[in-house]
Amino acid sequence: MTKTLLTTTCLTVLALSQTASADTLRLLTWGGYAPDEVIEMFEEETGHTVEVTKSNNEEMIAKLRATGGGGFDLAQPSQDRIMGPQMEFGIYKPIDVSKLDESLFIPSMLKATMGNTTVGGDVYGVPHVWGTSGLVINTAEAGDVVKDYTDLCAPEVAGNVSYRLKRPTLIGFAFALGEDPFAAYGDEEKYAEIMQKVETKLTECKSNVKTYWGGGDELMNLLRSGEVTASMAWDTGGWKLNDDNADITFVAPASGALGWIDTFVLPAKGQADDAAYDWINFVMQPEVAAKITASAGNFTASAGADQFAEDSLKAKYQASFPQEAIDNIKWYPPVPAGLESIEGDVLDRVQAAN
Amino acid sequence: MTPDLECAELAKRFGTTTAVDNVSFSVPPGSFFSILGPSGCGKTTIMRMIAGFLEPTSGDIRIKGGSVLNTPPNKRPVNMVFQHLALFPMMTIAENIGYGLRRNKVPKDQIAHKVDEALERIGLPGIGHRKVDELSGGQKQRVAIARCMVLEPDVLLLDEPLGALDLKLREHMKVELKALQAAFDTTFVYITHDQSEALVMSDQIAVMNQGRFEQVGTAQDLYYRPDTPFVAGFIGEANRWKGRIERVEGDALQLRTDSGLAMRATAVNELSTGDTAEIFVRPETIRLAAAPTALATFDNQLRCTVTSILFNGAASRVLVQDNVGETLEVTLPQSGEFAALKRGDTVHIGWGAAQATCFRESV
Amino acid sequence: MRNHARIGFVLLLTPLVLWLSLLIIIPHIDMLLISLRERISFGVYDTSLAQYEKALTEPLYLRTFWRTAIMSILATGITLLIAFPVAYYIAKMAKGRLQQVLFLLCLIPFYVSELVRTFGWMILLRETGLISNLLQWVGLADQPVEMLYNDSAMMVGLVYTSMLFMVVPLVTTLESLDDSVIEAGYDLGGNGLSVLREIIIPHAMPGIVSGSIVVFMLSLGNYLTPTMLGGKDSLWFTEMIYNQFIVRSNWELGATFGFMLLLLSSVIVWGMLRLTGRTLQETMG
Repeated sequence: MTKTLLTTTCLTVLALSQTASADTLRLLTWGGYAPDEVIEMFEEETGHTVEVTKSNNEEMIAKLRATGGGGFDLAQPSQDRIMGPQMEFGIYKPIDVSKLDESLFIPSMLKATMGNTTVGGDVYGVPHVWGTSGLVINTAEAGDVVKDYTDLCAPEVAGNVSYRLKRPTLIGFAFALGEDPFAAYGDEEKYAEIMQKVETKLTECKSNVKTYWGGGDELMNLLRSGEVTASMAWDTGGWKLNDDNADITFVAPASGALGWIDTFVLPAKGQADDAAYDWINFVMQPEVAAKITASAGNFTASAGADQFAEDSLKAKYQASFPQEAIDNIKWYPPVPAGLESIEGDVLDRVQAAN
Repeated sequence: MTPDLECAELAKRFGTTTAVDNVSFSVPPGSFFSILGPSGCGKTTIMRMIAGFLEPTSGDIRIKGGSVLNTPPNKRPVNMVFQHLALFPMMTIAENIGYGLRRNKVPKDQIAHKVDEALERIGLPGIGHRKVDELSGGQKQRVAIARCMVLEPDVLLLDEPLGALDLKLREHMKVELKALQAAFDTTFVYITHDQSEALVMSDQIAVMNQGRFEQVGTAQDLYYRPDTPFVAGFIGEANRWKGRIERVEGDALQLRTDSGLAMRATAVNELSTGDTAEIFVRPETIRLAAAPTALATFDNQLRCTVTSILFNGAASRVLVQDNVGETLEVTLPQSGEFAALKRGDTVHIGWGAAQATCFRESV
Repeated sequence: MRNHARIGFVLLLTPLVLWLSLLIIIPHIDMLLISLRERISFGVYDTSLAQYEKALTEPLYLRTFWRTAIMSILATGITLLIAFPVAYYIAKMAKGRLQQVLFLLCLIPFYVSELVRTFGWMILLRETGLISNLLQWVGLADQPVEMLYNDSAMMVGLVYTSMLFMVVPLVTTLESLDDSVIEAGYDLGGNGLSVLREIIIPHAMPGIVSGSIVVFMLSLGNYLTPTMLGGKDSLWFTEMIYNQFIVRSNWELGATFGFMLLLLSSVIVWGMLRLTGRTLQETMG
């Protein structure tokens, strides 16, 4: 009996590890970045199979850290989350750019991302999807009041405001308070000083907040029901709500939207690098990239994909981003180690404040 | 003298079924009153109504002359010993006995005193600190009674409290219960389906069947002078026949059973020629003899063959078969006369007309 | 023969030992080692008690720690107060079919995931939710009422989530209480209150203790309910552990918090058993 059990267990374990063979691509990504339609097309064309795990920045890094970079063959953290974790935990492996079709990428974006993810001369990331975070506002109710992050603390919107207690909020408020936190990345003391100002502002603002949102769906519900009229969120969230309610949309704040780029990285113990390169080359084709844009709501770094994108999305994008707003986007630079503990303490104190 | 307990026209219906059907009785002070009946006859329902756990559909319950219908169970001057005793397992013996006194706000030192006194009376002094499950069945029994008696109730109800004990202990407890009742000098109302418990202990017994009292009387009344065929069949053993009346001479009857046996019997209720009747003859009233001459004085005589001997010491019986093929049960006297009796022997049996009780057939 | 039985015993025991050591003991030892580390620089660590020092000196951590403990005790108490009459009704008053139906009704909410159940409460309690609309419709409120995002909403969620785990042990122990013992309590002069205090509660004590322990542990370790229903200030200790591990990548402090939580629950369970004079074997066996 026990023998049978042991044999079965061994077989199961073997079978499970077998699925990690070279043609299976275990992809750790965001919701919407790997739509079923694209996976089917890819599997048909290359013969690989794709297993998708949906996650977010923090969990991606925590998962890879827990396994020392194993368990997945391709991951998609934001570009500012590559250098720090790589130096600290060594969870990625360098990308061989020669295996990629560089012509598929928007050159400026590829160059910037590669620059931001270079550790010790090796490149660790290439860009995929980009977007911004800023303000999602019910323009009929709060459009006149809220023009910047700090306007969320205005008495007119008291009780109808929601944002996250996470680092984008700290950065956004810092910019709105007239500081440049990115410039202070190299200077821990200066950065702590800026964060001190942000903490004071957020503590003051706390009574204005209905709730600190945790998940995207939660915020959508709050905005859709009208319980929240002004919030800090991603551009796609605003655009999606705009379909249901023309009053709600994404607004680039006066002090600048925060720009992020999600990348492709190879986990240190990935076992299907070839499949990973195939996937990158496949999804960066303009037609495929347009499908991902339709599914995720954000534009990609694929050169020429714009012409395949939906007109309605382009229209919303143009309404939210006049040229000067695009020029004003603040792109996240890589986060140096140590800053996160300063930010963590600030967030803890804001949460604890009465 | 006012009876301790009086029930008048007491009835209880559950939906369409009538559990207790207009029962009236009274129990004089200091007596031991039993309600005897098969399970499901309604005796437990009566007891629960007296204790206050059930509301009667109609009728009245009076204790010492006063109606208790509007008194909740915890205020009634009656207490109950439950079938499985229902001692509180979470308390010690002393706490069990003192429970009711604590509820009545008796001062602490008095409680301790009364508990000791009660333990003394039930012959178990010094066990107050023990746990319930450390006692034997008989000891628990006595504690359950003491737990009620410290409250000095007007009436103590006992719901088949001996049912859970083994036979030997049960016999012993019968005597002891009777002695306790005498010692406490309290009115006991005792429920049982075991006739020997009722017969041994009671001053008065009510035989209950299908929600009604068939007969109320002393043990001797029930045994010798049953009012109804049910009582005649339920109390003690009996050979029974059905038959047709052929001739009536006052109380004396001449009848013929359905099997064809001619018999002389005594009527309990009004019977006339041609009526169908039920006849009961107790095995202990039938005389056994080797020769018919010894039975000359008996009204009914039969010649039979022994088919089986049921030896049980003093309560031994023989089964005999008469010439029409019926089997009768006859007590086997232990005087030595029939020590050699065996299967197949021919014997003569006889009984008097006074011992053959005859009822009009119940419908 | 005896040798044979021994081998069988060892074989039967092996999966359990493997399970315990691989999934419980070894991870805990690893966690303990992590909690005793201090990060010096990239990839360089030192053994120290710095994490414990930080956890015990930072007011937010301590406040959250005690808040979580006290709220969990409160949730356990409220669950007990609500579950006891429910369990008593199911065990003693309801008969036959009704009893089964009621028991099933307690069970049905647990057919869906905790997330869905919590969302259910959000739909009911939110400003534009059912209860708020109902109050306005009846005329008891003249504007939308927000009942979400505060400690009471969180308490409602915690109690709801734990209800079954209190009702089941209570029903089991109460069912084992002979009806005639309760009747004897009344018969001998007790009223509802004294019968409850002297007979029913002492009898139900094993159920109360084991139910309370389970509910307390569930509340203490709950993550979803406090996060989703709780307000801006209602940080829960498990949330802090998640934050340290996942958001801050600070495994050292997270592991420390984990051990503090383990210690807290052990101490409180021990205290609860001590208070009621019971042993763990009696309660769980």
